Amino acid sequence: MRTLLDFEKPIAELENKLEDMKRLAAENNVDVGVAVQTLEDSIGQLRRETFQNLTRWQRVQLSRHPDRPYTLDYIERMCDQFIELHGDRTVADDEAIVGGLGELAGQTVLFIGQQKGRNTKQRQQRNFGMPNPEGYRKALRLMKLAEKFGKPIVTLIDTPGAFPGLEAEERGQGEAIARNLRDMFLLKVPVICIIIGEGASGGALGIAIGDRVLMLENTWYSVISPESCSTILWRSRDYKEQAAEALKLTANDMLGNGLVDGIVPEPLGGAHLDFEAIAQTVKETILSTLGELNQFSPEERINQRIEKFSRMGVVQE
Amino acid sequence: MSWFTRKDKGIQTPTEAKREAPDGLWYQCPNCKKVTHTREHRALAWTCPHCNHHERIGSADYFSLLFDENQFSELDANLTSGDPLHFVDTKKYPERIRATEKKTGLKDAVRTGFGRMNDLDVVIACMDFAFIGGSMGSVVGEKIARAIDYALAHKIPFVMISRSGGARMMEAGFSLMQMAKTSAKLALLAEAKVPYISLLTDPTTGGVTASYAMLGDFNIAEPGALIGFAGPRVIRETIGKDLPKGFQSAEFVLEHGFLDFIVDRKDLKMKLSGLLEMLR
Ligand SMILES: [Zn+2]
Repeated sequence: MRTLLDFEKPIAELENKLEDMKRLAAENNVDVGVAVQTLEDSIGQLRRETFQNLTRWQRVQLSRHPDRPYTLDYIERMCDQFIELHGDRTVADDEAIVGGLGELAGQTVLFIGQQKGRNTKQRQQRNFGMPNPEGYRKALRLMKLAEKFGKPIVTLIDTPGAFPGLEAEERGQGEAIARNLRDMFLLKVPVICIIIGEGASGGALGIAIGDRVLMLENTWYSVISPESCSTILWRSRDYKEQAAEALKLTANDMLGNGLVDGIVPEPLGGAHLDFEAIAQTVKETILSTLGELNQFSPEERINQRIEKFSRMGVVQE
Repeated sequence: MSWFTRKDKGIQTPTEAKREAPDGLWYQCPNCKKVTHTREHRALAWTCPHCNHHERIGSADYFSLLFDENQFSELDANLTSGDPLHFVDTKKYPERIRATEKKTGLKDAVRTGFGRMNDLDVVIACMDFAFIGGSMGSVVGEKIARAIDYALAHKIPFVMISRSGGARMMEAGFSLMQMAKTSAKLALLAEAKVPYISLLTDPTTGGVTASYAMLGDFNIAEPGALIGFAGPRVIRETIGKDLPKGFQSAEFVLEHGFLDFIVDRKDLKMKLSGLLEMLR
């Protein structure tokens, strides 16, 4: 069953109409070629109009679309082989973050990503993509492993935030994220970070320090979710649309402000409409970006990585 | 995460007001309610002689406690906030900044400087909670980054005093990236083997905990300080029940292995300089 967002519904209605028309024509053996063509044209036009004028809040909705591809959906489609690796070697294996070695067009790449669940059971298993400290520590362990064997790192970011729970605090959620931020700056291998869904605050940043940070077209990345921002500033969740506007959290906003390095285009209508196509685009993006990054020495990459983030911010002298 | 305020204990009353209350001569402790002469309270580094409650103090107070004869050179004193996102909530962000400047006499939520502490060269960055909940935006990130640059260039130990609700919402993505920027500089400081002491004071939460505050060679805290990543309200809502007593206190964080020790503010200067002396 497809889930439809409000602004997807008018398009879906026309699509249903088109299906009906085709079916009736086939059953009654009449030629409706012209009518079909007209309807297809209007569907295309409506889709273009809708998706060229998305509000920031609509992009947030798309980033959370229940049918949207998640980390493992990409890995499965991009890699010829994937060996998942588990555990932080201290406390547990956090299933909200997956990691492992993948074979990508003949080269070995370490993949890390937050993983959301598709149904109730999976969502619980994956903790809604909200990692505990063990997830961040597993991620860092695997990144150091990749560094040891000279393999590039790709992180896929999709989280509503680091988990705000009792045990997470006991086991040092803040420390785990902080350590990742610092240590990722010194990784000698290329690091590519791609926001594939939600990029919420420190929970996202904890695996998003890279030589290139890219955002898929319909994703968001900011210091807080629109709902939480609304709650704090307006004392109600009802102002999430305004909050989304104020936070300037879309891929376009973040690129325009120099806070990310690029945007990966999605199929018209969103990544969820064509898993194969978006996985192929992401794969090609990773390969070409790796090609660029391989031209630099490890020292050059580390210096550029530090320089890039050091320039971020707007102050008046 | 964002800045937040705690409702209990009248903590939202500005520090200045409390310290002067009721008539400029007497300080009433918000914890035990007992009254102390302000001169005595000041002599005790703004801790309560009855219950040892550590009053929330600001950068000027810490500088006077730590720098010899209160002599120091301030770095980037005139750095102020831009408004990159043209952020408007109930107030325009630049108006909020100006109003806060006027109220507090501060330019933003951190001040940085270098000087001598018991004859040791030191760079100190200290946050001011009075400035929009000590929230971290571009100015805070940039001033800390430059203070670390100074420590690096001169091979002088760096002391960071945190007191913050976390990242500043009004600079959204820019605020988030200050976590990255400060951590990048601390990576360089660590590589250069220049000592870094992080002092966490009440409260230290959100993006500050998840970046520079937890990255010290030594993480230390004042007694009773609230320290955490998520704020207590958010955690309470997540788990749907009350939090255990003492949860996220400095003592709790020490017990769970994330602090080296807790330091009474009256001993702070001695402990800091003693520690740095041992590393020379
Ligand atoms: Zn007291």
